[in-house]
Formats: sequence, C-alpha cells, structure tokens
Amino acid sequence: MSILKTPVPGASTLSGTSTLSGARLRRGTLALVAVGAIAVTGLLETFTPVSGWAGSVLMAAAVYLVGQTVISFLVEGRRHALDRLVTTAVYAAFALAMLPLGAVLFKVVQRGGGLINGTFLTHSLRNIGPTDTGGGVYHGIVGTLEQAALASLISIPLAMLTAIYLVEYGRGWFARLVTFFVDVMTGVPSIVAGLFIFTVWVLMLGLNRSGFAATLALTILMIPIVVRSTEEMLKLVPDSLREASYALGVPKWRTILKVVVPTAVPGIVTGIMLGVARVMGETAPLLLLNGFTSSINFDPFSGPQAALPLIVWDQAGRPNPQSITRAWGSALVLIVMVLLLNLGARALARLSRTR
Amino acid sequence: MKLQRFARLSAVALVGVLALAACGSNNNTSPSSSSSASSSGSGAAVSASSAAPAFCASGTLNGSGSTAQANAMTQWIKDYQTACPDATVNYGQVGSGQGIKDFLAKTTSFGGSDSALSPTKGETSAANGRCAPGTAVDLPMVPGPIAVVYNVPGADNLVFTPAVLAGIFSGKIAKWNDPAITALNPSAKLPAQAITTFHRSDASGTSDNFTEYLAAAAGGAWSYGHDKQWKAPGGQGAKGSAGVAQAIKSTQFTISYDEYSYARDNQLQMGQVDNGAGPVTLTPDAVAKAVAAAKIVGTGDDLTLSLDYATKAPGAYPILLVTYEITCVNGGLPADQAALVKGFLSYVVSDAGQQKLVALGYAPLPTEIRSKVQAVIAKVS
Amino acid sequence: MSDEQPPIEEVLATLAPAPAPLSTGRSVRPGDRIFAVLSGGASLTLLLIIALIAAFLLYRSIPAVRADTTNFLTTSAWFPDSTPSTFGIAALAWGTLLSSLIALVLAVPVAVGTALFIAHFAPRRLAQPLAYLVDLLAAVPSVIYGLWGLFFLVPQMVGLQTWLADHLGWFPLFSVGSGSTFKQTMLNAGVVLAVMILPIISAVTREVFLQVPRDHVEAAQALGATRWEVIRLAVLPFGRPGIISASMLGLGRALGETVAIALVLSTNYVISWKILEPGGNTFAANIALQYGYAADLGTNALIASGLVLFVITLVVNIVARGVIARRREFAGAAG
Repeated sequence: MSILKTPVPGASTLSGTSTLSGARLRRGTLALVAVGAIAVTGLLETFTPVSGWAGSVLMAAAVYLVGQTVISFLVEGRRHALDRLVTTAVYAAFALAMLPLGAVLFKVVQRGGGLINGTFLTHSLRNIGPTDTGGGVYHGIVGTLEQAALASLISIPLAMLTAIYLVEYGRGWFARLVTFFVDVMTGVPSIVAGLFIFTVWVLMLGLNRSGFAATLALTILMIPIVVRSTEEMLKLVPDSLREASYALGVPKWRTILKVVVPTAVPGIVTGIMLGVARVMGETAPLLLLNGFTSSINFDPFSGPQAALPLIVWDQAGRPNPQSITRAWGSALVLIVMVLLLNLGARALARLSRTR
Repeated sequence: MKLQRFARLSAVALVGVLALAACGSNNNTSPSSSSSASSSGSGAAVSASSAAPAFCASGTLNGSGSTAQANAMTQWIKDYQTACPDATVNYGQVGSGQGIKDFLAKTTSFGGSDSALSPTKGETSAANGRCAPGTAVDLPMVPGPIAVVYNVPGADNLVFTPAVLAGIFSGKIAKWNDPAITALNPSAKLPAQAITTFHRSDASGTSDNFTEYLAAAAGGAWSYGHDKQWKAPGGQGAKGSAGVAQAIKSTQFTISYDEYSYARDNQLQMGQVDNGAGPVTLTPDAVAKAVAAAKIVGTGDDLTLSLDYATKAPGAYPILLVTYEITCVNGGLPADQAALVKGFLSYVVSDAGQQKLVALGYAPLPTEIRSKVQAVIAKVS
Repeated sequence: MSDEQPPIEEVLATLAPAPAPLSTGRSVRPGDRIFAVLSGGASLTLLLIIALIAAFLLYRSIPAVRADTTNFLTTSAWFPDSTPSTFGIAALAWGTLLSSLIALVLAVPVAVGTALFIAHFAPRRLAQPLAYLVDLLAAVPSVIYGLWGLFFLVPQMVGLQTWLADHLGWFPLFSVGSGSTFKQTMLNAGVVLAVMILPIISAVTREVFLQVPRDHVEAAQALGATRWEVIRLAVLPFGRPGIISASMLGLGRALGETVAIALVLSTNYVISWKILEPGGNTFAANIALQYGYAADLGTNALIASGLVLFVITLVVNIVARGVIARRREFAGAAG
C-alpha cells in the first residue's frame, strides 16, 4: 500500500497539494491500518459466511477505507481525510475495474491456451468430426478480419464525415435531426440490425448469405459508436484553434482536416477502437447472415464465410468436451486479435501526435 | 490525412490477410490426436472412401436448422467430404424455425427441423411453393433420445413414471422424498430436499417433444399441452442443451430433460422411464424399439412420423425426438444442388451413415423406415 | 475561477458564426463546398438507413400486434405461435430496465473512479498503458463475457448473494423465496452487464477529464486545494456532461446486450423485484433465445419487441441529451 504516500512530486498533474499544512500521516501508520484491515477481515469472516477470495478482498478494502479515513480525520482534519478517502476509493475503483479483466483473461488462457499452436492457427475445421481433436480456426480468422476491415472501410468515413458535419457545419433542424437519429441508431439491438439486413439482402434482393451481408449489419452497429465518440472529441477542440486557423486565411475544410481532426485524433481513435472491438466480437447478426461453414472462404462476397465469434458460439453449444475446449481456444484467438488491433491503433495515434 | 492513415492501416491488414493466406489449410486428414470415439470414426471414414463413392457429387451444399442434429451432421459432413473431396457441405445450427425459413428463402437446399412442416401453420404450402414444380418432403433422419437428468448424490438410476414426471414438472411433487417417488424407488436413499426443476429457456424441439410425451403418456396429470416453449409455471430456465447440462451438473437436487448426448458427455445422472411395462434404461436399442413403434403419417412422398409416446412395448424408451431433413423431390432444386442433396442424403441414410449415430448419442433409424427414406431420396432431382 | 470564462465565451459566441457565412456565402472555395456536401451527404445517408430500419420494424410489427389476443403492453407471457396467440412485453421491459439499472448503479461509480485514476492520479508514465488496459475490457466480446459469467462469476457470487439474502433480506430487492440457488440471478446478469459497460463509460469519461483546462486546475491548486477539492471544483463540473453522455452510451449497450444475458440469466416471464432469485428476461435475450424456433408470427412478435426496445433506448437518449444540454450552460468551455 506504499502507493498511498502523500504528495509525489511530479507524479501527477494534481500534486500541488501544500506541504505547509499541519500534521500528516506517516506511511508506517497506513501500513498498520492495512494490516489491521486484513486482521479485522479475518475476524469478520469467522462470523459472517462471506466466502470466496473476491469477497475477502472486497471486505478488506472496505475495512481499510474506513480505518484510514477515521485515523486521517483525527490526525489531519476533515479536508485531508476526505482527500485520502477519495484517493483510496479511486485506486480501489481502478483495481475493481481490473479484476474482471484479469479474471476473464485468466479463464480464457487457462481453458484455451493449451490449444494454441501452428495447426490451430493455420487450419480450418473442415473434416473435423464432433469428437475429434485437432483442426483450427483459420477460416474464422480470415472471416473476422475481412468482415471487420470491410465494416470499418464503410463506416469510418461515413461516421467521421457525419460527426464533422454535426460539429462544424450542423445548424438548425437538420443537424438536430441527425443527432437525434444517431442516438436512435445506438439503440438498434444487434439482432435487429441482423434481421433488417436479412430481410433486405436475402428476402427482398434474393442474394445469398455471405461475409459481406454480415459486414452490412456490422456497419450499422459501428457507425453510431464512431459518430458519437468522434463528435464528443471534436467538440472538445478549443474554438481558439479554429479561430487562429481562419485568421490565417485557411479555408474551413483545410482547417478541419489539418487542425481540428488531428487535435482530436487520440480520442477519435479510442472511439473507433471501441467500435471495431464491438464489431469483431458481435455474434447475433452473424448467426443470420454469415451462413455457416467449416471450410476456408477468402471471398466475403460469395458463399458462407466463418467468423471467430460464430465458431465460439457454435462450438460452445455442443456436448463434446473437444468442442468446448475449441470454443475457449477460439475465444483466446479472438481476444488476442482484438488486442493486436488495439495496439496497432495506439501506435498509430502516437505516431500522428508526434508528427 | 486521417483517412489516408486508415486506408494505409486497412491496406496493411489486407496484406496481412494475404500473407496469412499462404499458410492456411483446409487439409485436416490427419488430426493430431483422437479420442476413442473418433478413432472408430476415422476408421469408418476410410471404409467409406474405399467403397466406390457412387453418392459423390461436386460443389457446395448449404443447409441449416435444428441444433439437435448438429453433431450428427458434423460427423456426416466429415465422412462425406473425406469420401468426396470435390464436395463441400455446410450445416449451420440456427434452430429449426430459422432452418425452415432459410429453406423457404432458398438460401439453403435442405433444412433440418425437430418437427415436420406444419400444414396448419401454412408451412407445408409455403414449402411446396418453394419447391415448385416439385414438392417438399419431410425425411426422418436422426432419432434423438431425451434423457431425464437429475442431480441427487447417491441416488443413481431413479425410476420415473410419466405421471410422476408430470407431477414434478408442474410443481405438484415438490420434495425428493415425496411418497410418489419413493414408491417407485424403494431402495434409493432420497433426501428431504426441495426439487428444483430446470427447463429450456429458449424455444426448442426438445421441450416440444418432452411436453408432448408428458401430455400423451401421463394421462391428464399434465395440463399444459405441448409447445416449443416451456409453459408450465415455476422452475428455472437455462439456455440450450449445454446450459441445461451445466445447470444440472452444478446444482444439487435439480431435475431436467436434455438430449442424451449432452447427458452422457457431462456424466449426468439419468432416470429410467416406466411407461407401464417396467423401467427402461436409455440405450440406443431401447430408442430404436420406440422408433419402430412410430407410424408414418405423411402423405405421398412425405414421411412425417407419428411417435407413440405412450408405447407400452417392452424395453422401448419412449421419450425422444426425431429430426427431419426437409428438401424438394421431383424438381425444385437446381441440377447441381439436386445432385448434392441426393448424394449427401444417400450417404446419410446408408448403413454406414446411420451406424455413426450410435457413438454420438443418437439412435439409428429402423430398417423399414430407412428403406422408405431411401426410396424418396431417389426422387430428388 | 469562473470569473475568467464568460468574457471568452462571449467573444467566441460573437466570432464563431462569422467564418461559416463568409466561406460558404462567397462560394469562392470549391473545397469548402465539396466538403460541406460530403459531410452533409454522409449525414443524410445515416438518416436514410435509420428510416429504412424503422420502416421495416414497423412494417413487421403491426401484423404481430394485431394478431395478439391480449394487450401487447401489459401482458407478461410470451406465446406468439400458440393458438390463440398471447404475448406481451411487460416482463421483458421490466427485466431490461432492472438489469440495466443494476449495471449502471454498479458501473458508473467504478468507471468514473477509474477515469479519475487514469486522468489525474496515476503516475503520468503509467497513465497511457493503464488506460489501454481498461480499453481492453471493452475489447472482450460479449459471447466470451457470457461464457465467463456462466462458468466463473456465477459460482463466485453465490456466497455474497447468500449473505445479502440472510442479512438484508428485509429489503425487498434482496428478499428471496424458499430455495433460491443464487445462480442465474438478475444481480449476476447486472454484474456481467456492469463489467461490459464499465470500459465504455470509463473511456469516454477519461477523455473528457483529460480535456479539463489546465488553468482551472492550476487555479484551484494555487488556492491550496487538496487533490479531491481540485477534482470537485475543476474536474467534475467540466466533466459532468461527459459522464452523463458516457453513462448513456453504456446504458445503450446494457439495454441491447444479447448474448451475455442469454447465457447468464435463467429466463422466465415473471415481473419480480427479487434480484437474488433466478428469473427475469430482457428484450434482446428473448429475441436471441426465441428467434431460432419462432414461426412467422413469432418472428414478427420478436421484431415488435425489438421496436419497443428501440423506443425505450430513444427515450433514454432524449432525456440524456436534455440533461447534457442544460448542464453545458454551467460547464464553461465544453460548449
């Protein structure tokens, strides 16, 4: 708990707390409180049926929080007690947020990790019987990558242009209407987006299921996410920047492209990442639109094409332990792919900032 | 310039895909290892390929539907594709209703369904319209037993009668040591615990057939009819066969119904069923006896079965569902698709195909029904 | 602190509209015109897509609601394919709102705390990697959350829920009838939803916190404010519209979440306050669970329920927009 020491010079933008104040707590005191909290938790657990390590950790954290605040209040006064309380709570919030991530990743790696090898990544599930081991998810990797790339290709320009319109040009009823309908779009359940495309693509146009049909549904899901986050980020660009650019005689469109958008890029990339992440893991519309195949299909425009979430869903619903293991393995591949994509986007955002 | 960067990124992604493409393979002829079940499977696949594959056609065949027969389909597809390398068969487990809708929308050439096309709901006429100038047929293909699964430590092989099952699932029998249960199982040590019933929370043919069994065999003790959705009050829902198996496995003093393969693969306790001719344990033979008691009620080429859930035939296990393949006969399919459907289904209904069912927790079709199915498949064109 | 802002605002307000008429009015810059048309066209495309979806939903919903023999809004049962057809959305609406509310109550404080931590507490060098970790949570697909919830979270939560029921059972929310297994409960569904929406709320909130004007922060610090006081005086007022907007984004996802709920929740069609008992249902989960086996009328009924979900999300969004618009007046530079 040594991270709780008071002012760390230069460690934070908010570290300017005055050191001229009166009595402060020492680190040793806080450590004592922490030990005390663990002891009290141990005691409490003998009286209450709180079970599981998660319960214990939560309990100890709560006891520590109370103990620290009380002691700080007695020694340092109300303001610093409150400050400490909030600081600890904020640290705890972060730890709490990390808990499920750790648990999910651990479980997926634990159950699916043993499956990952060259064969799994480069083979399809063609001719793998229900109780066979072996085979792989290559067909799903191909499908997921192509579908996500296509969906991004369609939705990112559309969404960014819309966001730019809303922030830079939007005036009057039409802008309000667009804002309103982007909100509406956020509320479209993924399965409904799938149903809509199914009706139009398959029933009305008489076209076959394909990776591209799924891509269209994914596009519908991705657009509002990107519009909303891009819009939010563009609004945060100070108007003084725009003013400065206009004052130099730069046309509006160049101002937007060269000043406004680059300033907001990190936030925009975060939004796009959230969008792509959602799209890559989306299962429901794929059920209706991808068709199903265990074989490799490189062409998203014709014939059924697999996708990783679809494989997870399909294999997890089967009785054989071999299939369940494959489901976890596919889940691991999917998570790793999204992770790599995120890393790439991060690197890109950093690159654009340094230029 | 932002857009340019993304164009560049997607270009990189595409190049990555193309690079990956170089090392991808559909060739899984030698799975790295195999379980006991698959070793017999691959052996039979070899025999299938050594027999001159008269049923081989080339191209891609798409089908979709019932999840209950998904494992059988996966096995058959493997065997068929191994014997006929030019063919690709795809089967999506999307549910029977969606399978029928896909078939009607012509996105698939055959559909798999837990129940035959319903004439009263207009499905039959819609399917006949889709198959014009041919007609649509229901072909029984995969008999799948439904196990009564429960979790009561130390009480294996409990015996249930239809009336007791109806009582339990409608909430009238609430404790495991209820006299109605102990009377059937005098030697079992039954605890004084409340019974928690589980049912499928999604619509399913399993629920439909199980409730149809209760309605037919329990003689008035079951008043909720039969439906793909669970209609009786109380109890808890779980999603899919896998969800039910998971729920029963992890929760004590529970009871539910689930497909045999899920019960077997999750090592759940399974009840014996007594329809009046003594307790019957669930085995493929016992199921085959019950299927043999079924009557064909379809007209013309349609082979819709009417199962006799109340059968008192000795040694017959009465709770089962039969999945149908729905396709067109006497025209209605493009020539290449007709050849594929004919070839694939011919393999499926062949002796080699049907024998694969046993290892996967299904039962093979009785010979008499099989020969009728073969005769109809010959009319696919 | 806020004394400094209004003049700048006023200056901006007077200046802001000026460039637009200048550039478009003279039309000497074809680039501007093309760009305006492009971005306007993109917006129009979105409108068209939405109009098509709405029209399609309505077109498929109307026959279903007509065929319903009971009141579509107040019935809890869902048997559209039975004869007579009886179905209604009461239980679905209840469960959707309840689970999303649980998720929001759990997620918003943690998400705001996480965002504060990354934006203002964590050592600078670590802030970016930590932010990335939180974003990773959003990257986990819902089907995986479903698997994880079912196999890991549900067993872990039995102890806590038993304790809640034993000690706080007098509170209606935590009361249980006899024989709850504490497994596939509404609370568990809410917790899984909370985990899923947490990164969305946190990511957007964090970006907003990072945009807090430095001079606000430094002004507060110069007055000797503690870290919490800086946050309370400078960061939170600025970030409030962002927090609300982020929460609404999260709520939007929670309302429409399908696969995870379908896996974690033990569904039925009962309206109940008891979040520690298995049962309940949501619009999206119901569509996913019933779709595969639904016949024509059943499918239309499901689409009708999808339309209602659509409308609920809409109302939530309109309310949120209203809140944000009002808050923005206080929020200084955010406008």
